[in-house]
Amino acid sequence: MSAIQPNALQLATTGFLARFEGNSGLRTDPIRRRAAETLRHIGLPTQREEAWHFTSLRPLAGIAFQGVHTTHDHGHDLLARMSGISGPRLVFVNGRHDTAVSEMPDFTTVGEPTLNEPDDAVSMLNTMFADDGAHIEIPPGVDAESILLVSLGVADGEPVAFHPRHRIQLHPGARLTLIDVSLGRGTYLNNPVFDIEVAEGATLVHLRLQDDATDAFHLSSVRANIAARGTYDSFALTLGARLARMEVHANLAGEHGAAHLNAAQLLGGVQHADFTTVVAHDAPSCASRQTVKNVLTGKSRGVFQGRIEVARIAQKTDGYQMNQALLLSPDAEIDSKPQLQIYADDVKCSHGATVGELDLDQLFYLRSRGISEPDARAILVRAFLAEALDPITHDQTRALMENAIEAWWQGRHI
Amino acid sequence: MLEIKGLCAGIEEKEILRGIDLVVPQGEVHAIMGPNGSGKSTLSYVLAGREGYEVTAGTATFEGHDLLDMEPEQRAAAGLFLAFQYPVELPGVGNANFLRTALNSIRRARGEPELDAVAFLKMARLEIKRLAMADDMLKRNVNVGFSGGEKKRNEVLQMAILRPKLAILDETDSGLDIDALKIVADGVNASRGPDFSALVITHYQRLLDYIVPDRVHVLSAGRIIRSGGPELAHELEAHGYAGVVNEAA
Repeated sequence: MSAIQPNALQLATTGFLARFEGNSGLRTDPIRRRAAETLRHIGLPTQREEAWHFTSLRPLAGIAFQGVHTTHDHGHDLLARMSGISGPRLVFVNGRHDTAVSEMPDFTTVGEPTLNEPDDAVSMLNTMFADDGAHIEIPPGVDAESILLVSLGVADGEPVAFHPRHRIQLHPGARLTLIDVSLGRGTYLNNPVFDIEVAEGATLVHLRLQDDATDAFHLSSVRANIAARGTYDSFALTLGARLARMEVHANLAGEHGAAHLNAAQLLGGVQHADFTTVVAHDAPSCASRQTVKNVLTGKSRGVFQGRIEVARIAQKTDGYQMNQALLLSPDAEIDSKPQLQIYADDVKCSHGATVGELDLDQLFYLRSRGISEPDARAILVRAFLAEALDPITHDQTRALMENAIEAWWQGRHI
Repeated sequence: MLEIKGLCAGIEEKEILRGIDLVVPQGEVHAIMGPNGSGKSTLSYVLAGREGYEVTAGTATFEGHDLLDMEPEQRAAAGLFLAFQYPVELPGVGNANFLRTALNSIRRARGEPELDAVAFLKMARLEIKRLAMADDMLKRNVNVGFSGGEKKRNEVLQMAILRPKLAILDETDSGLDIDALKIVADGVNASRGPDFSALVITHYQRLLDYIVPDRVHVLSAGRIIRSGGPELAHELEAHGYAGVVNEAA
């Protein structure tokens, strides 16, 4: 009789559970407890599960992630990249609020989050461990302008894992631009969850830059509830992490709500990044827009899964989804899965996907004008991304994103 | 300036140019006329360095340098310019940025100082005015949503800004109404001088009423079968290609 060898995912699951059980503060909380029990029973998702078909969490196995300890290196030098962004800022180092470099915004508190029952694996993991986060609550009718939320992952020795839980509430008519940046160095797991409430007529612009360390893991989940005439307008630029999964669950709960879940993923080497969205149209006359652009080099792999669920009541739904990929190497791969579940009969829903290489006619045209081949390629890639970046009206963030893309490009000569 | 000897070239094993001999001296404008399928566009693409064409025999030198050994961008830096028959659209690329990047790439390759945005715009606006073009030309994406005439004018604008030593105009007259044709011709004529040569490739004689060439060459089945002065274009117009081709055969 041979012993049954646990597979990689079971090992990873066991690692998280052991860390949970070893923390008396966490394990006594009933909501965390239930999340842990669920994880114990079903384990981390395998690729046999439809939602995880294209993304494997096996690389998490064998890495002994530690809960956060105080590090000698606070990573404050990494903040230099944010110097062009003015206004209040919240900085979290390894998931802990760092008062020394934060400038507390109005309407904001930080500390232990209010947890709710998770419904996806990424959030479940967060729920077990989340012990810090920002709570931003914008009062009715207030335009709070912008808040910069920075997550620094700093693993100077042991791999660390952190699981911040942020709660963003916009009361009726409120406005906020949340600039959400994650950076770091070393091997770490960044597992943030955002619980978002956009009340009637409120607008949240969520601009995200994921530039985590090349050895890092990024597993994030956004759950946004959007009331009538509310708008959740998000753009996520993914550049970093060896394995990344961003989930966005947007629930359009009131008439004339809008959800824009746009993204760009620029990957190289053996990076794997997955952008998974679920838009639930639960009310009539709502609009959802998703434009996802992938630029893939090396042996990288990009995934976009977009599900649009239109409830029977959600007549006059306007849903649009487009996934475009530029493959700059023969070994790069894109997986694209649109899913439309429509139960109403008067709706407009479209989706599309394109995959291609750089256009040879365009390359030749540029080169015939004296532009070198690398420059010509860079111009065409930037042009490909322009459509995704153009809606960013916050100039400072736009510049931050463009600089990040430029640095990415400079670092990877193709 | 440009010397082509015994040039044979083709695409995907199909031979299109079958021994071209042509010399364009400095300061002269030559026209190449020929029926469809005679190899006019292939010649322009081979000279500009487009991928996919295979040169099987012959040489082409530009100011004594082996043109066929240079990358397209090196040819541009050396002073060669191809005005495309079908200018390519570049969505997401602004025309001003494109032109400045091109100009500065060429200046850099020549060891000249680059132009900053202000100096460039000043120069570009001057050229636009001289070519009687709309001001918004610079703000739009390269050739995107341009009419056929606007695209050709944009080619001439690029030529005016990049100031090549040799311009190859590949059927620049196709799809142009008479007013646009005049503007394009004026643009080329304005560049004429001792330091500017051009190879004007056209199907019709019409363009040559406005850009009067020093020499006219007739291309047929991949060879130049006749050369002559500007009057040859009128002969072609009167008798058609069939007459000239039969006579040469």
